[in-house]
Amino acid sequence: MVRTGIIGLGKMGISHCAILGAHPDVDLIAVCDASNLVIEGFKKYSKFECFKDYKKMIDQMNLDAVVIASPTNFHEEMVSFALDHHLHVFCEKPFSLDYQKGRLLASKARQLNLVNQVGFHNRFLGTFIEAKKVLKSNALGEIYHFLAESYGPVVLKEKGRTWRSDRLEGGGCLYDYASHTIDLLNFLLAKPVKVAGTQLKHIFSKDVEDAVYSSLFLETGTSGQLSVNWSDDTYRKMSTQITILGKKGKIIVDATELKIYLNEDDESSGLTKGWTINYITNLAEGVDFYLRGEEYSAQINYFVQCIETGDLNNKSSFENATETDEIIELLLEDNIK
Amino acid sequence: MDRVIFGDNQFFGVNHSSDEKSRAQALKFKDNQSIINVLNIAIDEGIHTFMCTTHDRIADICNTIRSDSRYKDFEIYPCMPYAHKYANAVTELGLISTIRQYVPGNIFSTFAKGGMAFVRKDFISMMELLIDAELKMFHGIATRVIFLQNVVTDMLLGLGTTDFLIAYYDYVRKKYNAEPGFITMNLPLLLNTLESRGIKNPTICASINKIGFRMSGGKELYEKIIAEKRCKLIAMQVFAAGTIPPKEALEYVCALDGIESILFGASSRTNIKNSKELIDLYSQKNEFIINP
Repeated sequence: MVRTGIIGLGKMGISHCAILGAHPDVDLIAVCDASNLVIEGFKKYSKFECFKDYKKMIDQMNLDAVVIASPTNFHEEMVSFALDHHLHVFCEKPFSLDYQKGRLLASKARQLNLVNQVGFHNRFLGTFIEAKKVLKSNALGEIYHFLAESYGPVVLKEKGRTWRSDRLEGGGCLYDYASHTIDLLNFLLAKPVKVAGTQLKHIFSKDVEDAVYSSLFLETGTSGQLSVNWSDDTYRKMSTQITILGKKGKIIVDATELKIYLNEDDESSGLTKGWTINYITNLAEGVDFYLRGEEYSAQINYFVQCIETGDLNNKSSFENATETDEIIELLLEDNIK
Repeated sequence: MDRVIFGDNQFFGVNHSSDEKSRAQALKFKDNQSIINVLNIAIDEGIHTFMCTTHDRIADICNTIRSDSRYKDFEIYPCMPYAHKYANAVTELGLISTIRQYVPGNIFSTFAKGGMAFVRKDFISMMELLIDAELKMFHGIATRVIFLQNVVTDMLLGLGTTDFLIAYYDYVRKKYNAEPGFITMNLPLLLNTLESRGIKNPTICASINKIGFRMSGGKELYEKIIAEKRCKLIAMQVFAAGTIPPKEALEYVCALDGIESILFGASSRTNIKNSKELIDLYSQKNEFIINP
């Protein structure tokens, strides 16, 4: 049993808490949150030890692992403290507001042989995993363009103030939404290394951007567009779609569908000329406990499995996440120019 | 409960296998009248129960149902809450402001006596206020079964905060004189948990289909539990978001002894008619096999 604690009981923290609580190999023993209201609720209705100070929780509970789902500006100190206490760490995205500090944490985790993972759950989603396989088989030929899009209905009015509306705390569409889109590009194609023509647009928010439009350049030389907007209420919930164009065909993939078009039969992938469509209903691997999507349970299962087997080559490591943080910083700089 | 229950996902752009289809559906059902038109088709085809989320737009549908005598035998099974409304609000406003926005009146003056201190100690009362707020739109309409939506059921289940599940169960029976139902993606865990807290033969709506989609713990375990007949069961996602052909999907689910009702949603007369007829056909066959 992996003795686990959670820091931060917001939307993601509570979701992780339920998944960990139902996990047969996890002994979720402690939770921590700064809000009196939340902690009083957990004290009264849950079986977990409750803390308001994460250092006390880590000092007192003899944990093996910790899940960090606090506002982003706390990640660095919390991750660092947890690593110092030799804990395996699952941290929510985005990883760090300062990629150089993030890099130091990545190497620290590696040196200490600790499992480290960041909550980019799209890496655990059946359609994206299958898309990666197809891309790896080179069925699309030389890739010449991509379009990476995320849209959703988070900020629809000029009001509201949480940590997500404060840049210094890690708020804004860039950190909250675009981090997913950039990480997914990194997962599917290659690491982005350069940005140009960035426009961070304020639609309703005063202090942070509500939309991000930019050109991205990957280390492979491929370029394409990033288009992200969290103030679009034509979407019921966050929707991420990646379109990839190659000389031999095209892929359009989102959380539910994988559409592949090939202009000739491809032996290596077994795909035939024309459109091939596959759905998440066929591509999702079942989980033992389901909440909001198989990928949320799958990423936690994977984290636990890495701890149990000592596997340190994480599919969504601190190092991967730091690459996304670096691009976010480039986008911010480019926008000012 | 009726053998066939009509669902509402198609009206609100919910499609579990295609975001693109979702958006196409959202376009199709822009007007509330277009929803009423489809409900009328369902009624023509002999369906009398509509299971729907407490989406803002359902309030308008309820007004029509209340005001027209042709719906006097029509029943609604509400499912609450419409979770994305709250999830998006928490991201935008934070937890406290979300409570402020959705709990009727001002929660912090509702409990004027003890203010926040009272709120902290009494989350169950707060939940009861939220239930009342969600159900307000159904006033005057027959709602024999009232469901707790799966994200909430499953979250409470995972957190181990089963007091809320029990409080929900008791409150719906007491205040609304209705059967409390639970929607879940985790049938085995939910049923065991409810039974361990003394609830016998609960009403549960769960994903059940031939390909095992969203059947947490696996299809075999589900089939075993279904056969044990320990709950009043409604099967949902029987077509696995349209990936199983209708005949195959309905033949499988109708043959499972232990399922009381089948929930499906559709937009066209052809699909509604076909599904209803197939369920009737395969259900008769099933009865014939059991009681020759």
